[in-house]
Amino acid sequence: MAHSMTCITLDGVGALEEWRDAARDLLARAVPPQAVDWRSQREDIDLFAGAESMPDLAAPSFPTVAAPSSGAVGFSVPRGFLTLAETVLCHSDPSRFDLLYRLLWRLRTERALLDDVSDPEVSHALALAKSVRRDAHKMTAFVRFKELPEEEAGSLGARRRFFAWFEPDHYIVARTAPFFERRFNDMDWIIATPKGTAAWNGARLSVTYDSHETVSRLSLKDDADALWRTYFRNIFNPARLKIKAMQAEMPKKYWKNLPEAELIPELISSAEARVRDMAARAPTHPPAFHAGASRKARENVTEGDRPPEGTIEALRAAAAGCTRCPLHCNATQTVFGEGPEDARVMVVGEQPGDQEDLAGRPFIGPAGRMFDRIAEEAGLERDGLYVTNAVKHFKYEPRGKRRLHKTPNTGEIRQCRWWLTGELAIVKPKLVVAMGATALTSVMNHAEKLGDYRGRFTDLGEGQRLYTTVHPSYLLRLPDETRRQEEIARFREDLTAVKEAQARL
Amino acid sequence: MKKSLNERLAILSDAAKYDASCASSGTAKRHAGGPGGVGGLGSTEGSGICHAYAPDGRCISLLKILMTNFCIFDCAYCINRSSSNVERARFSVEEVVWLTLEFYRRNYIEGLFLSSGIIRSSDYTMEEMVRIARELRTTHSFRGYIHLKTIPEASPALIEEAGLYADRLSINIELPTDTGIAAYAPEKRPAEIRKSMGNVRLLIEEAGEPTLKTKSRKRFAPAGQSTQMIVGADQADDGTILSTSARLYGSYGLRRVYYSAFSPIPDASRALPLVKPPLMREHRLYQADWLYRFYGFEMRELLERRPDGMLDLSLDPKLAWALAHRERFPVDVNQADKEMLLRVPGFGTKAVKSILSARRLRRLGLDDLARLHVSVKKVKSFIVAEGWTPHRLIDRPDLKSLFEPKPEQLSLL
Repeated sequence: MAHSMTCITLDGVGALEEWRDAARDLLARAVPPQAVDWRSQREDIDLFAGAESMPDLAAPSFPTVAAPSSGAVGFSVPRGFLTLAETVLCHSDPSRFDLLYRLLWRLRTERALLDDVSDPEVSHALALAKSVRRDAHKMTAFVRFKELPEEEAGSLGARRRFFAWFEPDHYIVARTAPFFERRFNDMDWIIATPKGTAAWNGARLSVTYDSHETVSRLSLKDDADALWRTYFRNIFNPARLKIKAMQAEMPKKYWKNLPEAELIPELISSAEARVRDMAARAPTHPPAFHAGASRKARENVTEGDRPPEGTIEALRAAAAGCTRCPLHCNATQTVFGEGPEDARVMVVGEQPGDQEDLAGRPFIGPAGRMFDRIAEEAGLERDGLYVTNAVKHFKYEPRGKRRLHKTPNTGEIRQCRWWLTGELAIVKPKLVVAMGATALTSVMNHAEKLGDYRGRFTDLGEGQRLYTTVHPSYLLRLPDETRRQEEIARFREDLTAVKEAQARL
Repeated sequence: MKKSLNERLAILSDAAKYDASCASSGTAKRHAGGPGGVGGLGSTEGSGICHAYAPDGRCISLLKILMTNFCIFDCAYCINRSSSNVERARFSVEEVVWLTLEFYRRNYIEGLFLSSGIIRSSDYTMEEMVRIARELRTTHSFRGYIHLKTIPEASPALIEEAGLYADRLSINIELPTDTGIAAYAPEKRPAEIRKSMGNVRLLIEEAGEPTLKTKSRKRFAPAGQSTQMIVGADQADDGTILSTSARLYGSYGLRRVYYSAFSPIPDASRALPLVKPPLMREHRLYQADWLYRFYGFEMRELLERRPDGMLDLSLDPKLAWALAHRERFPVDVNQADKEMLLRVPGFGTKAVKSILSARRLRRLGLDDLARLHVSVKKVKSFIVAEGWTPHRLIDRPDLKSLFEPKPEQLSLL
């Protein structure tokens, strides 16, 4: 059965409505795509035959941009089709109306068609949409405003006025204009192009396509362009000439409206000589101010007064530069102990974790917070305790974008014991609480099994005792909730035992 | 005689060009006008915009300048080191503010990237830089992008204030090892740089948590922090550089590590190689970094079969990895999981997404892949598709040579 051809003529400046209305009508009449001849009024008209005219920003006569409405097309089209159509319609390819109608026709039966991104028609539409988006993006990048001269009368407090001429490939002015409104809100501006003109006057954003209302290219001079060229010339590094990379992103077709582009040929041609010249220059003697600068650089780091020997502060300062084992290479900083220098109880953990490493303070991460919570429940006041770790640098392994905790080895524990021994000698606690196997090994100076010591007091000699429990991070790792609650209760009992022992000290 | 604004702009942009970062993306969305009323200047829209490209192929998105190139530090690789005879200049706070706003109004830029030589002291310098950002934000309601380079040894209070105005903060690690820093930048203390990064990460995370009272989030450097390493100034190999990157990403939640091929500078220190910048090496490092951030590769995987610790200059690191792990190929595009598809040389993240979407509807052949903008020529040795198996192509001993660039005639210079 042969259909007669239906001819549809659209304005064709990127508006969705006119196409959607026509398509809806065709669909209602079941006119197949091959029977439609789509035409555009715009494509052959030279919009810019007219003479130059000055923009009249005071009373813009441009129609307001209509907000795109999302109506149905007789049957419910998949979400995404209208967005795609809205974009594709901005393309200047004359076949766009037909292509979209073909897709719409097929969508009646092929509901998932748009997901089939390798379908020839879908992929063609996606390519057109991509090219429209790219053109719109380039417009946001390459529009260059030039300031218009101030108006004479009543210019006090008047808004500044700017003008830009741009040449897009597609009908993108309407879809890009809101970007300029959001960005350049406190100034009046006009962006004139061969495919429509946008204007903003502080109250209204308007877009027009009518040639007699459109503003053609103005030849304006803006002093800022000279400064911009200075910047462009000097930010360029002649030792890294990559002309193709530049042109891929800033194609020559845009150059004529970019004030900086006129410098490009000279920058390219002189680059090699400039680099050669840099290499050939003989080394010079430092300028006169160099000596003074070096002195100031030394003064820049204000080292505080050195704390007296034999104090925790002196030990902390010494540990800050510790390189006794390789762990310092990957950690942020040494995390030293904290608490009263005369504390009767010293709590020893394993090593700082991610948070402790960043902040430089012990027991502040998830395990530290767990310790704080249970200690409080056991009536043990954190402020009265000296808390520290057996190993003072965070040991970890980078995994993806995170740091995974790694248990320190005996060598690292042994090296770091130097500092723990120092802390014990200064604080002289009556009771040392070792949390976890690493702490136990360090305090005992020998690899010991946690199970043999857990929940027990051990005499360390010279009136000092050791109490051993698990590390709070162990409680955080237990996957089974019931088991976890049991272990937390046990940990609380341990800390209660510590509290009672503390009271007797 | 005082230099003109134009002359100082020339000096202070020339001095800023060795910092590779130019990103203006990934910050909080905001704009002028809007429901709060008409007026104001500036917006950030999620993705950044490159407003121009210089013939070095680098994007120009921000006004990247130094506040001053006077510096009390003497870092060998730096054009602004105190022992260099480059011309010196300084902008006033007002001048930087004016340049930023006027450049912005003409749509030359997305915002400001401000760095500085260190004058008088770290705190004095940082204070002046914070003043510029504060003026832009509060006096001029500027809503464009601001990237502040923080000054080593500046006090944490100043860094905290800087983060209230800036979208991004950065501090350059410059060299991948502490020994390298000690040799080339004797006044810099790497431990302090790490502490500063750790501090910024904590401040960013703290700001990300809604407060109990207002449930609102405090704004602190919403585009995160970044750093830069110079490539080719010292002897560090790619393995060292990339493991430092992995450590920095993992430890401080950096958005980006930039790699900057050491490039000859005017009045260079004798301690440094005045050779052509190793641009290909820099490119390979960026590719490796990309594979780590978006393709699920660990940095060490990319170097595990490279005995000299260097990435292959003739092949991109993903292809090099695939050729070194042929037992993992061919990959069936109609069956393989996302993780493995991402490892196929020639498949980008978008192509993988499209494949996963399209293969639900039908089995994909090479024609389908071509329409997904995949280079069939590149991928076909590594995949099985509908109507296509590579047969023994993957086993060919000369497979590598099929991908290597054609030999170029060597320059006689």
